[in-house]
Amino acid sequence: MKTNFRIFLLIGILALLSAIPLLGSFYTQLFTRVLIWAIFAISLDLLVGYTGLISLGHAAFFGTGAYVLGMVFKNSPEINLLVALPLSLIGSALLALLIGAACLRTRGVYFIMLSLAFAQMLYFFAFQTNYLGGDDGIFLLGRPTMRIGTIELIDLSRSENIYIFVLTCLVLLLIFMNKLIASPFGKVLYGIKHNETRMRSLGYPVYRFKLISFIIAGTLGGLSGFLEASHSGYINPSFFYWHESGLVLVMVVLGGMGTFYGPVLGASLVILLENFLPDLFESSQLALGTIIVLIVLFMPRGLFGILQRKNI
Amino acid sequence: MELSFYLIQLLNGIQLGFLLFLIASGMTLVFGIMGIINLAHGSFYMVGAYLAYWVTSLTDNLLWGILLALPLLFLIGFLIEKLAISFLYHRDHLSQVLLTYGLILILSSLQIIFWGKEFHGIDIPSPLNGSIALTDHQNYPVYRLFISFICGLTAFGMYFVIQKTRLGMKIRAGSSNREMLRILGIDVNKLYSIVFSVGIVLAGFAGMLVFPLNAVYPGMEENILIMSFVVITLGGIGSIRGAFLSAMMIGILETFGGVFFPEISSFLVFGLMALVLMWRPQGLFGQFR
Repeated sequence: MKTNFRIFLLIGILALLSAIPLLGSFYTQLFTRVLIWAIFAISLDLLVGYTGLISLGHAAFFGTGAYVLGMVFKNSPEINLLVALPLSLIGSALLALLIGAACLRTRGVYFIMLSLAFAQMLYFFAFQTNYLGGDDGIFLLGRPTMRIGTIELIDLSRSENIYIFVLTCLVLLLIFMNKLIASPFGKVLYGIKHNETRMRSLGYPVYRFKLISFIIAGTLGGLSGFLEASHSGYINPSFFYWHESGLVLVMVVLGGMGTFYGPVLGASLVILLENFLPDLFESSQLALGTIIVLIVLFMPRGLFGILQRKNI
Repeated sequence: MELSFYLIQLLNGIQLGFLLFLIASGMTLVFGIMGIINLAHGSFYMVGAYLAYWVTSLTDNLLWGILLALPLLFLIGFLIEKLAISFLYHRDHLSQVLLTYGLILILSSLQIIFWGKEFHGIDIPSPLNGSIALTDHQNYPVYRLFISFICGLTAFGMYFVIQKTRLGMKIRAGSSNREMLRILGIDVNKLYSIVFSVGIVLAGFAGMLVFPLNAVYPGMEENILIMSFVVITLGGIGSIRGAFLSAMMIGILETFGGVFFPEISSFLVFGLMALVLMWRPQGLFGQFR
């Protein structure tokens, strides 16, 4: 009975989300942003919620996914999706390997600060490198497309198309995460999160497991950056900035870390608030800050935690 | 380039190092004693500067501005500790990071609501607004030397309080074993309040000293905020000695880097931090806890 209800709920939400393009381009673009940030939040949740690693530098991968696309296809109006997407993902994965290998040597607050430092390094690197457009960033001349012969299969220059593409990515990602968490690998991560010393004495190579988790999270973070760049067509150093890292961490915890819908819920709430609050309040930052403080003080398990208690 | 040029850069570097130390020392103490990582600590550099600017513009006197802003800031620190931070003592780092990140957003938007988005400067008062001639055509402003002098004095005062007084004894005891302090019957909550508020005052004091030089403006704390993270991590979180050493290193590196390698200047500081943490994952003088 309860599983049936859940499946109906999922299908219902999915149907509603697929119908968003009918509302016109404003809502399509807004919800594209929501879904992209949901993907970004899910990727961080793998670290925070499932591996117990608090990264304050996850924007490093968001930015890298976007910048690899921008760097390779800076002057070409034709962008082949089948080339661009794998390049972005590989770039992010390699970077995650490097940053992860360095950060995972430390722990606790040092890990938080070192991950932040690497993202800030990339921010300043993008800011000061002329080849990457400096503080002006990079404008894409075209959007990724996929064609066989002369038939266009996917053309991301239209806002409905990119919305559907992002939604598909999100659904695939949720399925992937579900499988990953249930797999033996996911169980080891769970063990590491809850008692690292015990896992180590059981003989698990803890460092290696954490590093693999970090690389997967980084690659998926790169995916969200790639999607954002394809969506807005504009890439700038603020993709790396630590406020992006802070914001995505807020989404994960606000929604409920280590849960299936949590990050999606958190991302939706934050992006929608950001969009509609300026009309209501003097400053959306003030409202967001206050919400964060209240959530931490009174709802440590996030919004999804409350829903779970009510057994939905 | 002449020797005096290097001297000027060195003096600027030391001055920045002192300021970073004032900000980072409070942050590192709060972590060492209370186990709280307060990301918003550097924001009080901005709050202090704005409060001092506000009182100065009311009283028309920088000295009064700073003297009245200091207790005001202490009060703010006290309230924030009671209303928010005190709920975090038994929570994990994640809650602390998030709550204090929220504080950063709140403080920076309150600044815009109260004081707007304009730059506000004041004139440096008369005995301090001159400059010392180093060579025929190179001068060094007296006010910068004054900042370093006052910061040095404050640092010495801190050393005295921590090493020679009863309060300092409790602080040192607290940073090596918190539980034992409680068992010995010391009012830990009061100690926490004092340490947190004094830390806030120190960060704010740094802002008060600097604002006559650079004016107050929105986002003035952004760079300092991140630099203070680097300083406490590099020095080893919880260690005052480490914070002093790394603040000086970072201050001088940032200044000389900005002059000689402007393209990669901001990179250097983070690079140094990453390298040191590869070699010593717990910072120069720190311990894992």
